[in-house]
Amino acid sequence: MNIDAVDRQLIQATQTGLPLVAQPYQAVAEQLGLSVEEVMQRLARMQQDGIIRRIAAVPNHYKLGYRYNGMTVWDVDDRQIDNLGPKVAELPFVSHCYQRPRHLPDWPYNLFAMVHGKTQQDAERQVAIISEVLGEHVGSRDVLYSSKILKKTGLRIGG
Amino acid sequence: MVMDSADKAIVNRLQQGFPICDSPFRRVAEELGLTESDLLARVQAMLDEGVLSRFGPMYHAEQMGGALTLAALKVPEPRFDEVAEIVNAFPEVAHNYARNHSLNMWFVLATENPEQISAVIGQIEAATGLTVYNMPKISEYYVGLQLEA
Repeated sequence: MNIDAVDRQLIQATQTGLPLVAQPYQAVAEQLGLSVEEVMQRLARMQQDGIIRRIAAVPNHYKLGYRYNGMTVWDVDDRQIDNLGPKVAELPFVSHCYQRPRHLPDWPYNLFAMVHGKTQQDAERQVAIISEVLGEHVGSRDVLYSSKILKKTGLRIGG
Repeated sequence: MVMDSADKAIVNRLQQGFPICDSPFRRVAEELGLTESDLLARVQAMLDEGVLSRFGPMYHAEQMGGALTLAALKVPEPRFDEVAEIVNAFPEVAHNYARNHSLNMWFVLATENPEQISAVIGQIEAATGLTVYNMPKISEYYVGLQLEA
């Protein structure tokens, strides 16, 4: 998957966001000295290739009332994780789900699943459902709630 | 700000994706029964108020040849704000969250190539004097919940 110099300019011009004007792609095109057709064509191609996950709004969880954003972490049997990971991931309230390396002895957890609740009870109910899915294949577990967003800028590439 | 039903509909709609066409705001406004100028003003207000953290293309680091990792620090409480400032100053730090654990600072690093991850981790360790726990993903099972406003 390759990006050329023009794609790169386009990424740099749009990675902090699209201009909030009626014709945002036209505005980007003028800024870069390209035609609007070329801008749209390149964005569509990058979206098709998965370089752009999607063009969308990213909400602040807290401002939407989701105050209990928990990173649930689990010590799952390595032989079962590729079977159980997708089952946890398909729960409707799980936003991200990854296998990551343990750091023994401080950090025994290898499965990470993010949950989001408007109340602590919501979040705890979600944790209980994940626990049920993992069943006997999980040892210790923990939930790390975020207490503060320190930075949320998204991806940046330099010039 | 207090979000009304139109704001909530906009947040829900714009999380799903935004069209690539000459007048994309007009197209979305028509779907939602709003005028183009009302939609633009509401999106601007929600960005200004921080209801939306951003609006635009979400680029995929690995697909561009780049790399991502999740990393954590055990920061002594008295140094928390100082260390947050040091970590946040790195442009490679895309997100950073305080969490309730002895590993109390969790951040995502995004770099243009995989080798830079370990270089940036080394720089963060040197700048903070703390050990970085690097937790790159081994498998990704799912990404993409949309939060209902």
